[in-house]
Formats: sequence, C-alpha cells, structure tokens
Amino acid sequence: MNCEENNEKKENSFYVDSDKLSEKALEKKHRLENDPSSRTDPFEYMEGMERIDSNIMNQVISQMDSYDYSKYTAQDVLYALQKETCDIEDFKALLSPAAAPFLEQMARKAKLETSKHFGNTVYLFTPLYIANYCENYCVYCGFNCYNDIKRKKLSTEEIEHEMKVIADSGIEEILMLTGESKTMSDIHYIGEACKLAKKYFRNIGLEIYPVNSEDYAYLHECGADYVTVFQETYDAAKYETLHLMGHKRVWPYRFEAQERAILGGMRGVGFSALLGLADFRKDALASALHVYYLQRKYPHVEYSLSCPRLRPIINNDKINPLEVHEKELCQVICAYRIFLPYIGITVSSREQEHFRNGIAKIAATKISAGVSTGIGDHESKYTGTEEANSEGDEQFEISDGRSFDQMYADMSNEGLQPVLNDYVYV
Amino acid sequence: MADTFTLGGKEFSSRFILGSGKYSMELIRAAVEQAEAQIITLAVRRTNTKENENILDYIPENVTLLPNTSGARNAKEAVRIARMAREIGCGDFVKVEIMRDSKYLLPDNQETILATKMLADEGFVVLPYMYPDLYAARALEEAGAAAIMPLAAPIGSNKGLATKEFIQILIDETDLPVIVDAGIGRPSQACEAMEMGAAAIMANTAIATAKDVPAMAEAFKNAIIAGRKGYLAGIGRVLERGASASDPLTGFLRD
Amino acid sequence: MVQINGKMEKASGVCLLDYLTQAGYNLVGIAVERNEEIVSKADYDKVFLEEGDVVEVVSFVGGGSR
Repeated sequence: MNCEENNEKKENSFYVDSDKLSEKALEKKHRLENDPSSRTDPFEYMEGMERIDSNIMNQVISQMDSYDYSKYTAQDVLYALQKETCDIEDFKALLSPAAAPFLEQMARKAKLETSKHFGNTVYLFTPLYIANYCENYCVYCGFNCYNDIKRKKLSTEEIEHEMKVIADSGIEEILMLTGESKTMSDIHYIGEACKLAKKYFRNIGLEIYPVNSEDYAYLHECGADYVTVFQETYDAAKYETLHLMGHKRVWPYRFEAQERAILGGMRGVGFSALLGLADFRKDALASALHVYYLQRKYPHVEYSLSCPRLRPIINNDKINPLEVHEKELCQVICAYRIFLPYIGITVSSREQEHFRNGIAKIAATKISAGVSTGIGDHESKYTGTEEANSEGDEQFEISDGRSFDQMYADMSNEGLQPVLNDYVYV
Repeated sequence: MADTFTLGGKEFSSRFILGSGKYSMELIRAAVEQAEAQIITLAVRRTNTKENENILDYIPENVTLLPNTSGARNAKEAVRIARMAREIGCGDFVKVEIMRDSKYLLPDNQETILATKMLADEGFVVLPYMYPDLYAARALEEAGAAAIMPLAAPIGSNKGLATKEFIQILIDETDLPVIVDAGIGRPSQACEAMEMGAAAIMANTAIATAKDVPAMAEAFKNAIIAGRKGYLAGIGRVLERGASASDPLTGFLRD
Repeated sequence: MVQINGKMEKASGVCLLDYLTQAGYNLVGIAVERNEEIVSKADYDKVFLEEGDVVEVVSFVGGGSR
C-alpha cells in the first residue's frame, strides 16, 4: 500500500440506482450527482420562504471557519476542565483531538454539570413517524425521493390508532415526524395530528420540514411546543453536495428554522448536525454555538441538542459515521454538556444499548424508547404480531429496540430516575 | 495588541474609573494623577456664586468626564440632569444613577432602564448604575447602554464583592462591558473583580477616605492592572482535594 | 418674581445674560434650565426672564458616591 492510498480520506458512497426508476429519472439523478452546475444555488431562498433579520448565522459561521482544532494542547484542555464556566475557547479545546486522552475527566466534569441541572433524571419519549413521502434528494437518507421504499402517509384514523397504542404503553411525550413533503404532508395535516396528540400525550414535539414563523404559530396553537430541525452539516459547501434537490437544499432557510419557531411562539427548539457527514469537530462546534448565540438572544426558550451519527439505510447498508467512533461521540457529548450545562441532550436509538445506558449516566437527559422509524407499525412492533403489508419503510436502521417498559426498568436499574413529562402548556 | 476597552467609540487603556466626591480639589488632582484614570465621574449641582472654584480646573485635559445623575429619583429627573450636564459642555457621556431609597441608596432598575432608553435615543453614551439583575442587564443592553455598572455592595460601604455571583452572571451573559461600581473598599477587592472578567472598576469612597489619598489611588491602579493581567493569563488550576475512587464513567465505550 | 436656584428674585423682564453676569456666575462651566427646558449658551442674550419662571443654574462638583 502506498502512502497516498493510506492517507486518502475515507468517504461514504451514497449513490444507489433503483431499477424501478425510469430512464429519464435516472438521467436527472445522475446529472444532479455528477454535474454541480445542474443544481440550484443553496443560498437562494425559494419562493414563499420567509427571511428574518438575524446575525446568528454570521456569528456561528465565522467561529466555525476560524476553528483550527489542531492548535489546542493538553494544557488548554486541562485548563478548560478546571474552570467554573466554560467559554467558547475552552469548548473548542474540549472538542479538539488534544482532549481525547482526557475523556474520563471530561465525563466526570460533564456528570457533575448534568447533576447540577437535572439531578439524576432522564426523560423518556417516543418518536412517531406519520408519513415518509419526501421531495428532497438527500443522498444519505432512507426517505430520499429516489430511494425505492414503501411510501405511506397515515390517515387521521391511523394516526389516532398509533397514538393509542403508544399511549397505552405508558409514554406521555411524543415527537411527531414526517418526511419533507409539503404536498403529501401539508401544514394542516400536521396540525390535525397535533390536535389528536393533545388527547393522548402531555408534551408534543415536531420534527418536520422547516416552515415560516406563521406556520409555527399555527402548529403551536394546535398543541405543539417543541420544534427540532437538524441542520445535518454546518459546512455549506459539503451540504450542497449531499442535498441535491428539493427545498431542503436551501441551507440558510434551514439554519433559521429554530429562530422562526421561537418567533412563532414555541417553548423549545432542538438542533443537531448529523455526525459523519462532514468534519465532525467543526459541526459539533457550530451546533453548540447555534444554541449558544440563540440562547443569548432568546433567553426564555428551552434548548436541546441531539447527537446522531450516520446510520445504514434501506438499499445502502454500507453507510457509516466514518471517524466518529463511540469515543469521539462521547467526547462531543461531554463537551456539549460542559459548555451548555442547562440544555437537554437527546441520544437516539441510532446508538446501541450499552452506549445509551452509559451516556445517560454522564450527560444525556433524553432517551427514546419503543422506537420505530417506519410508518404505522407500532402495533405490530409493540404486540409482536406479524407485520402488515400496509406499513411504510423506515428512515434508518435503529440500534436499540428496547420497549418503553424495558427502558424504564433499565434506566431505574442504572440508578436514574425516569421522567415521563415535566411540562405545562400555556 | 494593546489591551483596551471601548465606550461610545472612545478607547480607554486605563480600567480605573475614579469618583471625585468627598475630596478637596487639590486631592482630586493628586488622585487622578496617581490613579492614571482616564475617566472621572462628576455630579451636577446648583452653582454656588460665592466660591468660584471650578472642579474642571483640577482635572487633566485628556480625562473623559462622566457626569452622573445623582439626585434623580426617577427617569424624568435623570434625563433633565443629563441634559444639563451635556449643556455644560464636556461631552455626552452620562452615568445614570436613580435612587428612591435614601437609606441604602440602592439603584432603581426599572426607572434606570427607562432613563437609559430615553438618553441613548438622544445620543448620550449611557452607563447605567444598576443592581446586578440579569433581566435588567438585558433590558439595559436593549435600551442602548454602552456598559453596565452593577454594584458590588451598598454604596460607600467598602464591603467588597457582596454580589459576586450575580456580577459573574452578568459578565458571562451580556456582551456589554461590565464596570463594577460601589462598595469596593480595598485594592484586593478591585483586583478580584478584575480577575472575574470585569471591564473596569469604579471607586471613590475607598480612595477619598484613605489616610493617604494619592497612595491609595496608586494601590488601586496597580491592583486593577494585576487583576486584569490575571484574567487575561487565565486563572490557574486549583487542585481538588481527595481522589474520587468510583468506577470509570467511560468504561462502556466500544468501537 | 422669578425662582432662580430656589430663591425668589425680582428679575422679571431681565435678560438672562445680564442676570447671570450681575449675579456673579462664571459662564464657562454652567448650564441653565428654564422651566425644565435647557437654554443653550448661544441664547442667553436672547432670553428674557418672565414672571413665574423657574430657573436652575448648575455646574459640576465632585461626585461619584454620596
């Protein structure tokens, strides 16, 4: 093996051609993949996209661009660990490779910070996917419009049935998700789902395509109070090569989603980069600073960060998070906690049982249970009955399939106090 | 790079703001010189026609004057005093002080926010004296303040950083310079506030009531420089006593 | 009568500039407020005091703590 080969950076190969695509569709797909000039400008807002006056994006980007993590030393890390308050410079040190040997110390500090703000509680919730239609071509996502999967949109009756099954299991907090299709899952469809959710759950979060502030206000009226939008990557140049088509391609509109949700009256907003898509240290820095600067501007809002890594999808089981191993993920989560002690940190079922148990004792405050990322399959999953053919396919493969009861018991056995909701809607 | 801070477009290298109350005129001059202060506070009062001594004659030319609104009990009175101060003709800096409690002389944050807004809108460089409350600090920032001046302890009490935890919150959470004002009684307390990341210190009584005024002014100057350097250098490691013997938290990690 | 710095003075109809000079004010370091409005220095010779006016003449003194 020669040196060049050895140094070559590993990349995921995302492109998959379904044999069900027409020749014309394939041709368009290949053009989008291979010819950057065939793609739209990711900085150009599409018609109907609201623009807000905000300097948050510039602040985050300038910090991220100037972040040279190779310059931090062990001394910087030790200094950051002994300080009472962690500032941006300290956080940069904690995210750097120099912090790797100090992971145990970081975990101890993170645990202390978590316990100051959350005691030993851990919140349990479940996601409910109500539709998987999507108009975007995001190359790493199982829902992407070129991926050959079973599509499904739940009817109101089906949504209610799913909710009943989930609520019967004991869960009180729900996160509703859709694929990103404004035509198949329009805002009123989602609003109606929120109204239904009010009947069965105490706390309703949404993870849907970004919308304008007036739409967020409408969804808030319908009962939703938390909005999560994953930026996927804060590296706009990389983003452009991964989100080849659809409204999701517009990077700044997505970036400003949480701020629009706040303007629409939502109580809480969630953020994340999908680690493994680009330089994870820079993405982690930008995710946390996105929260940091918004918190200073809107101090009344509740903030949370998720920490997903890339996962295999249907028709592409090779996708993986590259250099973001469990150790690196743990470092990122500990650094988040030390820098932003007051925020919620969610660790999804993309991670395995041993990791979720371990990280819940250090820094995570929110864990999903009884998870399915498919559409309309809660009954079969929860009761163990055979899968019906009418279900929609999953967004990604989960790694921790524990039921709500099992998770509740496991968290209690780990010495944590599971909390089902801690919330009032006003 | 010079370590300076900026107020109203003016750059200052000295982080010691000196109050000019409670001294004789001659001592003010000596104190300013020994303090190497670049900002000095003054009050506005009815002119005395019998004594024609003008305090401005005792203050070096290059020093920025910071008139305060002492005597004001509400926002409207503070605005009137600020306008009179500007009309005397020494710039548009103003320190808003509004007190409605003659026993403790604690600032009224609500009126202070109103006055700050009105004065900032009129083009003043407004430095409000405040009780260290985060909501008030944010409102003052929103209102257009150039800095905030939280109190360390009741004015003139020389009790030091009684509000330390709250001042630290203001330093951490606002983008404005935080100038610690009132209650600082000793050089060591000024030093401690600077170590916390305060942009500057304002002191008066501690210097004016010292046995040797110029010497105390110099002591404060040096303490403020020392505290600032300590802050910039990064306060060092405090060893934790006793090792924690529990199992490793990160033992679960696999790949 | 005109109230000047709290004292009642027989100064109705008097030019402000004349009053200040005769009363011994040093015009350099003062500001004048008449009925809660600032009188700019350039206008001292144009302002004539009227019956019932309330005038404040102020200057800087040492201050910073009480």
